Amino acid sequence: MSSWDRFTDTFFNAKVMAKYWPDILYGVGVTVELAVLIVVSGLLAGLALALIRALAIRPLNWLIIFIVDLFRSLPPLVIIVLIYFGLPAADISPSGFVSTWLSLALVLMAFAEEIFWAGITSIPKGQWEAARSTGLGFGQTLTNVILPQALRLTIPPLTNRTIAITKGTALGTVVAVSEILGMASSAMSNSYNPSPLMMGAAAYLVLFLPVVVAGRWIEKKFAWKR
Amino acid sequence: MIVSAKGIHKHFGHLHVLKGVDLEVAERELVFVIGPSGSGKSTLLRCLNRLEQPSAGSVTVDGIDMLAPATDINHARQRIGMVFQSFNLYPHMTALGNVALALRKVAGKSRAEADALGLAALERVGLADRATHRPLELSGGQQQRVAIARAIALEPRVMLFDEPTSALDPELVGSVLAVMRSLRESGMTMIVVSHEMAFARNAADRVVFMDDGLILEQGPPAAIFENPAHERTRAFIGQIQRH
Amino acid sequence: MIQSFFNPEIIVAAMPIVLAGLFNTILLSLIVVPLGLAGGLVLAMLASVKSPLVRWPLMAWVDFFRAFPPLVLLVLLFAGLPFAGLELGGFACVAIAFFLNTGSYYGEILRAGIDSVPHGQVEAARSTGLSGLQAMGYIVLPQAVRNVLPDLLSNTLEVVKLTSLGSVVAVPELLYQARQAQSITYNPTPIVMAAVIYFLILWPLVRLLSRLENRALAGRG
Ligand SMILES: Nc1ncnc2c1ncn2[C@@H]1O[C@H](COP(=O)(O)OP(=O)(O)OP(=O)(O)O)[C@@H](O)[C@H]1O
Ligand SMILES: [Mg+2]
Repeated sequence: MSSWDRFTDTFFNAKVMAKYWPDILYGVGVTVELAVLIVVSGLLAGLALALIRALAIRPLNWLIIFIVDLFRSLPPLVIIVLIYFGLPAADISPSGFVSTWLSLALVLMAFAEEIFWAGITSIPKGQWEAARSTGLGFGQTLTNVILPQALRLTIPPLTNRTIAITKGTALGTVVAVSEILGMASSAMSNSYNPSPLMMGAAAYLVLFLPVVVAGRWIEKKFAWKR
Repeated sequence: MIVSAKGIHKHFGHLHVLKGVDLEVAERELVFVIGPSGSGKSTLLRCLNRLEQPSAGSVTVDGIDMLAPATDINHARQRIGMVFQSFNLYPHMTALGNVALALRKVAGKSRAEADALGLAALERVGLADRATHRPLELSGGQQQRVAIARAIALEPRVMLFDEPTSALDPELVGSVLAVMRSLRESGMTMIVVSHEMAFARNAADRVVFMDDGLILEQGPPAAIFENPAHERTRAFIGQIQRH
Repeated sequence: MIQSFFNPEIIVAAMPIVLAGLFNTILLSLIVVPLGLAGGLVLAMLASVKSPLVRWPLMAWVDFFRAFPPLVLLVLLFAGLPFAGLELGGFACVAIAFFLNTGSYYGEILRAGIDSVPHGQVEAARSTGLSGLQAMGYIVLPQAVRNVLPDLLSNTLEVVKLTSLGSVVAVPELLYQARQAQSITYNPTPIVMAAVIYFLILWPLVRLLSRLENRALAGRG
């Protein structure tokens, strides 16, 4: 056996791959499900916080700023571990899936709030005044005049941040979520062969490479021009 | 009196910007407000539609007490159009979208009705053919005329202008003044803060000179321009005319 | 509640273990941040070579490592390489994975910074006799770094947070030590301690960033 054959036999072993590809595929399903849940709930929660912040109620705003700072400062893995291994001591035992979802959604919420808020405050005061002078109320001005302009500004930074946080679904493997990395790791230890790990890596590339390339495109398309 | 402001004071923190201003405006009157920078002209206008909350005093517009807590301020503001120095058009909407927004959201018109009324308002400022353009695709003068259309579409009883031509290139000023003149001819009550003295001379009924948060003197344009009672007024007018 | 999450006895007992972890986290950060920056700098300077022969492979490299979750890269090195007879320690794996992953992020940021410096700056520098490399080092880079400073800081914050991945490959950094202490004491207090420490050391940076970013977006609006 040549060394090249030995290499492919180890890392791209056809028999092992044939046996474990359904596992990896299952992991892909879990990863996608987790990612979608994180993106939807994280972005919505972030937008909600930014809108509440626009009401300018002092104590509430301090609370929002603290929450945002907290989840920007803590490493996502620390939050996951804290929820998964810590909460049971308070008689709440979330599954690994829920712990990962909750943690990453909170992190995305924090970053999204920050970005949405920066977008809202970057709209000139004159826009508010013009709208209010025609009789539009606070909420009407926010939804019809301010947000459409602010959201456009926030798309590039939001896209990049969302991609980065969604990749964190791999952290779920630490708390036994059967997402791609988790499935690949256990398949690797069952088969004493790294081929499942290579399949897992390929699956991540297939999932995220298009997203990264799309992010690049969005960044160009929504470049600052008004 | 369609506009009646009495004893208006305004503080910004320690800054005392309006120090007891009384201003009465009759229906169909065009009142011109002049005065040095920082004298409180903009603040006074903004107190009239409550974009600023006066610290003391009373404001009545078209019989509505603007400062009463029970007043529906958004409804009241429909009757007071405002035009800003920097246009403040909504950049994400077309010209027609800018004009129709409040018609739909505040006046409660259907989209079709609002579009028809908006188009009519654009027609009045001579821009019906620019209805589908975005603000950035319009010249400064055209943008300001769209802003005027946005205000008059709501059929206000009073129009407030805060330096409507100051941000414009000189050759574009005329088109905006022409629209203002035709508004005046249609009988609109107008309060105009501006340095366009020639326009004041032949269009204004009354000129008000503000200085340091107070109305120092007022009267017909000819009297104020040719024969001011106060040295401050004379100095200010001299300065403006030299430019 | 206090007994479970802020148990005073456990805090005292776990403190030395957790502080040792903090020390290693700082050490790890001091190694991987400069390493990532150096990698990013090389990528960014290569990107200023306009030839498509350089540009396309470079873009592929950067996107490839940005698409990989860093943990996957780390596991690939730590658990995969031994099958090829290459057994690196957890620490070396972290260093390599971070070099590849964060280097690509730093590279993108620095490239944007270099692009933001007007070409006239290079021409002016070259006209006074500076070499291309000198113009880059003395004229372009200082301005580029200043223009993208918020992004550089923000990425550095993320890198420091990412060092917690070391716990997965038994690098005794803050999170790893806290989990060790937790499994000895059967109490989550040490993990809470780690979280508090992360928050206390990173909060000032987060505050600063929030100001810088707000200003940046406002300036564009
Ligand atoms: N929102 C605010 N907060 C604090 N100070 C303000 C505010 N708005 C206005 N001022 C101050 O109030 C004073 C009067 O301002 P105002 O804009 O009414 O003057 P103006 O007569 O319109 O001047 P200009 O001709 O320059 O437009 C100024 O000193 C200004 O700095
Ligand atoms: Mg003013």
